[in-house]
Amino acid sequence: MSVIQVPEADAGQWRCATCDEELALRPVELEYLDSLFNVALPACPKCGMVLIPENLALGKMNQVEHLLEDK
Amino acid sequence: MDQSELRRLESRCVQEEAPRCTASCPLHVDVKGFCALMAQRRFDKAWSVLAKTLPLPGVLVRLCDGPCKGACVRKDAGGAVEIDALERACAALAKSVRPPKPLPSRHKSVAVVGGTLTGLCAAWEMARRGFDVTLYCEQAGSCLSAVPESTLPGGVLANEMEALRAMGADMKENVSLTPELLDSLLEEKDAVFIDSDDLPEDVRSFGQPDEITLGTERAGLFASRTGEPSAVFQAATGRRAANSIERFTQGVSMVSGRELEGPYETRLFTSLDKVEPLPPTPSDGVYAEVEARDEAKRCLQCECMECVKTCEYLRHYKYYPKVYARQIYNNESIVMGTRQANTMINSCMLCGLCETVCPEDFSMGDVCLEARRSMVERGKMPPSAHDFALRDMAFANGERCALARHAPGTDASEYVFFPGCQLTASDPDGVETAYGDLRERLGNVGLMLHCCGAPADWSGRVGLFEEAMAELKSVWESLGSPKIIAACPTCIKTLRVGLPDAEIVSHWSVLRALGVPVQATDGGGTLAISDPCAARHDRVLREDVRALLEQANVSLVEPELTGEYTECCGFGGLLSEANPELGRKVAERRAGAREEDFVTYCAMCRDMIARTGKRALHLYDLLYPKGDSPAARPSPGYSARRENRVRLRETLLRGLWQEDAGPNGDPFEAIEVAFSDQAAANMEDRRILKSDVQKVLLHVGRGGQRFVHGETGHFLSAFRPVVVTYWVEFEERDGGYYVHNTWSHRMHIKGERS
Repeated sequence: MSVIQVPEADAGQWRCATCDEELALRPVELEYLDSLFNVALPACPKCGMVLIPENLALGKMNQVEHLLEDK
Repeated sequence: MDQSELRRLESRCVQEEAPRCTASCPLHVDVKGFCALMAQRRFDKAWSVLAKTLPLPGVLVRLCDGPCKGACVRKDAGGAVEIDALERACAALAKSVRPPKPLPSRHKSVAVVGGTLTGLCAAWEMARRGFDVTLYCEQAGSCLSAVPESTLPGGVLANEMEALRAMGADMKENVSLTPELLDSLLEEKDAVFIDSDDLPEDVRSFGQPDEITLGTERAGLFASRTGEPSAVFQAATGRRAANSIERFTQGVSMVSGRELEGPYETRLFTSLDKVEPLPPTPSDGVYAEVEARDEAKRCLQCECMECVKTCEYLRHYKYYPKVYARQIYNNESIVMGTRQANTMINSCMLCGLCETVCPEDFSMGDVCLEARRSMVERGKMPPSAHDFALRDMAFANGERCALARHAPGTDASEYVFFPGCQLTASDPDGVETAYGDLRERLGNVGLMLHCCGAPADWSGRVGLFEEAMAELKSVWESLGSPKIIAACPTCIKTLRVGLPDAEIVSHWSVLRALGVPVQATDGGGTLAISDPCAARHDRVLREDVRALLEQANVSLVEPELTGEYTECCGFGGLLSEANPELGRKVAERRAGAREEDFVTYCAMCRDMIARTGKRALHLYDLLYPKGDSPAARPSPGYSARRENRVRLRETLLRGLWQEDAGPNGDPFEAIEVAFSDQAAANMEDRRILKSDVQKVLLHVGRGGQRFVHGETGHFLSAFRPVVVTYWVEFEERDGGYYVHNTWSHRMHIKGERS
């Protein structure tokens, strides 16, 4: 499965406070209603914590959620 | 929904039925379309509407006596549209058009014998349909020679005869019509039509033709009946003959499905409610351009749309129930692909207004609720649509909120007070006072804090609703099955269905009988009443409330849609959950229905209207007042609603029953948190509760990972307590937290791909 790039996934000035690391785009697996996606998202390279910025959650991600719900 | 159910539903919506003018015209001219074009002075286009339907249009429009005028809906609002005068004006104003192009030849030959208008129209109709037509007559159209020039100008008939020839009809004139000719034509041709008005008596040996088919005793011979004076009815006979001959030559049924030939009754309903009477435009002979336009504008452009006019939801989706039924059927039939109508199905308020205004009692609510049940049953209900409301219902019925007790110091209840979960959420103090008032004046009144199960019902979850009702029943029975005093109109309606054995009386009936409470404010001014949709069919309830308001010295005004015709506030059917934007529009529409402050007797109506910025009171605000300016009381947010329920239960348990309210709740509740205005607003919009945020912060406090912002120093963390992931942007302040923003998503982060 190829990795989807989303321009909305911008980490802005967030960094991992726990590991004190800059975030980097990493392939992340997302799941909703039995559908899996591989999306490049900002994550901490050390602990792996993934960031879902507000504009992504309320924009693209929300659209995809609705699309899957109506499938 | 199966095909037959769809057909049944579709047939109940009359919006697509023909207007009365078209149905009553024996030729079914599109009068409405014609008038619309005339009103825009698009005369050429208007003429093509006539020419599309009428044989020999130039002749017929000048001879038409407008039989549709007797059926015109405008008749009762100033007088029928002068459609015949408009037709003649159009004939004068429009450019002439070419005769219609006939269909490809059917290779069937037909003779038309006789050339009055009936025969000519039959020849026209058949030539147009691709028959090889030969017309035999003494002289075509000679019967029209007596028509004065002012009605039928010279040359018009000749032009139409030319058009008939151009369509391929062979015209044999100066023919003597004899029995021999008839016999030989029946031999050579596939069918023969006789125009009886143009036939010598000695040729009439075939008896009276059949009324429907115009068929005679001789196979293949069709004939008109004699003596029809009206030109349009003569033309309609010509068309009926063409229809019969088409069926005859195709070998199909001669009689089935011919009900809509000629004039028929239409079911289209058109209201004259808001139509100003307007008399016909005067003329001295033929309408000139401007007069024709003015007269055409008097056409009401008949349609029904009664439900769409009154319902913001039905209007929002741009069509009307007949189309919606089809969309819902299609939605259900989809196996693979996107179901486009899910949101539409979940946006109906189930309020019953459409059914009340529909001349055929079409209920979008029933259709949508059934569709929701089917979606739930098939596992196709979008989880996000009602999830929040159902969790709220579970919370209201959970151990923190639900309560059932006899009145303090008693062990039996004659009555039990059932305020409903939204009233307790919106006005816990009012509920507490009301309960005190009932105990004081009525004696043994127990209390039940519980949800009636309406959200489960509205969301189409039959099983969940039955479960909720069974639980409710057992709680009620544990109190000895007392009479229920319910304050919420939706609870009253729901409980009457779900607990058929219970005697249910509204709090308003009780108060009407007891008289307004002593602490009631003197209403003084004028208020507009907004009946909740749950009271639509409960006349007694509506009257009780009005009587109470009168007792409280309130002078009442009614919005246009009121009582049985009241509008929903946008909460009904869980609209505001499934489609918040439309819910807001509906609430705004209701709020704008009157200028005066509103008074209502449903907590959700009060809060939905108040949320639009409109001043609104719940009846409790007048009867059990607290504080100043209750009409300006803001609608409590989702978190406060939950906290209000919890606090009410705790207060009552400790205060009245001297009982401990039980454990203090979950550890996350101890988290101290404050919110920026923006965060608080976002929480309402995004259906995020304070408790959701506290769970994230508890997770952080226990060492959960967090991000930090390079510029603001704010932290950001996420937690997924159930199926939703909540993100909270915060800073630590004074041993607690200050939240700047919060958002959520349902998609699950499975983590980095290995």
